[in-house]
Amino acid sequence: MTQRRIKVLLAKPGLDGHDQGAKVVVRALMDAGMEVIYTGLRQTPEAVARMALDEDVDVIALSSLAGSHLPFCAKLKPLLEANQLQDKLWLIGGNLPAQDHDALRALGFAGIFPTGSRLDAIVDYIREHVK
Amino acid sequence: MNDRARDELKPVINESGIEVKPLYTAADVEASGGLDMVGQPGEYPFTRGIHRLMYRKQPWTMRQYAGFGNPADTNQRFKYLIANGQTGLNVAFDLPTQIGLDSDDPQAEGEIGRVGMSVDTLRDFEVAFDGIDLDRITVSLTINGAAAILIAMYLAMAEKRGYDVRKLRGTAQNDILKEFIGRGTWVFPVEPSIRLVGDTIEYCAEHAPKYSPVSVCGYHIRESGANPAQEMAYAFCIAKAYADEVIRRGLHIDEFAGRLSYNFNIFGNIFEQVCKFRAGRGLWAKIMKEEYKAEKPGSMWLRMIAAGGGGGLTFEQPEVNIVRGAYYALISALSGTQTMALCSYDEAYTIPTEYSARISLRTMQLLIEEMGLTETVDPLAGSWYVETLTNQMRQKMEEIMAEVDAQGGIVKLVAEGAIQARVSAQAYQMQRDIESGKFRKVGVNCYRNEQEEDHPVEFHPYQEEDARQQIAALGRIRAERDQPRVDQALARLSADAAAGRNVMPALVEAVKAYATVGEMTGEMVKVFGRYQEPIRF
Repeated sequence: MTQRRIKVLLAKPGLDGHDQGAKVVVRALMDAGMEVIYTGLRQTPEAVARMALDEDVDVIALSSLAGSHLPFCAKLKPLLEANQLQDKLWLIGGNLPAQDHDALRALGFAGIFPTGSRLDAIVDYIREHVK
Repeated sequence: MNDRARDELKPVINESGIEVKPLYTAADVEASGGLDMVGQPGEYPFTRGIHRLMYRKQPWTMRQYAGFGNPADTNQRFKYLIANGQTGLNVAFDLPTQIGLDSDDPQAEGEIGRVGMSVDTLRDFEVAFDGIDLDRITVSLTINGAAAILIAMYLAMAEKRGYDVRKLRGTAQNDILKEFIGRGTWVFPVEPSIRLVGDTIEYCAEHAPKYSPVSVCGYHIRESGANPAQEMAYAFCIAKAYADEVIRRGLHIDEFAGRLSYNFNIFGNIFEQVCKFRAGRGLWAKIMKEEYKAEKPGSMWLRMIAAGGGGGLTFEQPEVNIVRGAYYALISALSGTQTMALCSYDEAYTIPTEYSARISLRTMQLLIEEMGLTETVDPLAGSWYVETLTNQMRQKMEEIMAEVDAQGGIVKLVAEGAIQARVSAQAYQMQRDIESGKFRKVGVNCYRNEQEEDHPVEFHPYQEEDARQQIAALGRIRAERDQPRVDQALARLSADAAAGRNVMPALVEAVKAYATVGEMTGEMVKVFGRYQEPIRF
């Protein structure tokens, strides 16, 4: 029996319009054989939680470059938990200052990939941590 | 074969796909098309510069991108930059303003004043530009989705302060097609968005003839993954789409083309960049003259800000970005730009602090005061390499433009997401090439610090208090303004939008009544709808 393909939701949270990095990561995950649902820009926390549930994904990934990652993740966490998605892998990448990493981990984002992260590091992390 | 001989044989291909030889001679210039397109500065085809004396007469305008928090904070930063020798303003708006949301909109929460200044009503512009002489300091508004509204607001603010709008200079970015490709601050669907750009050009041609209502941006297309030749070719395709929209309304090219301007990127190989600008100037002049039958020289000028360079800066070893920025500024000066702005060294981390913005300003001032970059026009002209590459870059751009036309035109390709998919595939390939070491980046894939040091980057703090003040100020304006006048102005806006009339007069009226950015956008969304992003890989 073949293993189920890893399924990833990659979302652009809030009003941030920088999508070059998100689209590069989408391509890297697809090349690595994963199934990727890319949301496009301007997703609300509610929309991200709904798509994650509806699409039955293994990984919920955010790409944030415009600085609003902490308020967004604080709103998203209870919504994901309310939908029983706390056992999925939560990742975030983008412009994430080191001083915010502890706060992001406390909000349930185990994988943190700031600007400068390698694509293979993201792929490897997902393969290793998807249950 | 020894190593040296092997190195000489290894082909070098620049980002635009042109092979670079180890040595150039007069024969290469001849083989690439000769010197027919070179000419003299200030004369058609303007390859060497749009003015005869260029910087010898007046150095480039220095216009660092700035804006954060509420308008009072931004006003202070503007005054700081002007006191430090900056000669123009380049206004950053927060994301809610950029996409037409008011500060008290629930979607704006956490984003107010974060990446730029927050603007809800005319009052905010009155505060932001208080005490700044708008005749001496020209203002560029980095606004796209909400551009028609903010242009109306700027003209109304200037008029209220007693300036003659017919003589007022300034620029709005207002290039919506590139927002669909990269940057992402769109609001309306593609067709009505182009119509709004047409409205602003048409309105300014009649009422504010010195104002530049559009700055077509190759810049962000390059940031999204385009190579330098594509950057300029796609920008020209976009500018032609706007020109066609205005010509359809019965204006002659010479009535508005002189106020079209451009924004291009400056990171990358020095020679490829400089030749990109020289080639682009000649090509745009030729397009305007031959295709559009422009007669005024001003209509043929590629007026531009050559700026930024963010895509070339690195997160690793950020202090090295100060040096990269200096080379980018050199490129910009050698390119013959009218205006320059530099991304600050902390670009990959945060919006610039006063300190980093001042370093960028000093970098440009060094070129003027110490390095002799303003003394002689187009100093690289006549180099066999530069003239050959200028010809080759121009031919490359022409090929790309012909390809876009053959595929149905830029509007169709953007609406379908085809350009977006193309540049994003290239961005992915570039990232792979950087990670494999094929495309060298100092500090990233070579000369890395084994132990990354604590980076000397100071963060610009986000002030929750600014957001609260902005929302409170908006509440006061809503309570104090003449509501029937607002309602009437918004009704006219809605009617004009639905009837296909130019919405600018209605916007100016609504702005003067202190209608909010969100209210005006909302009226137009009811008529035009919202853009749906095509997802395509």
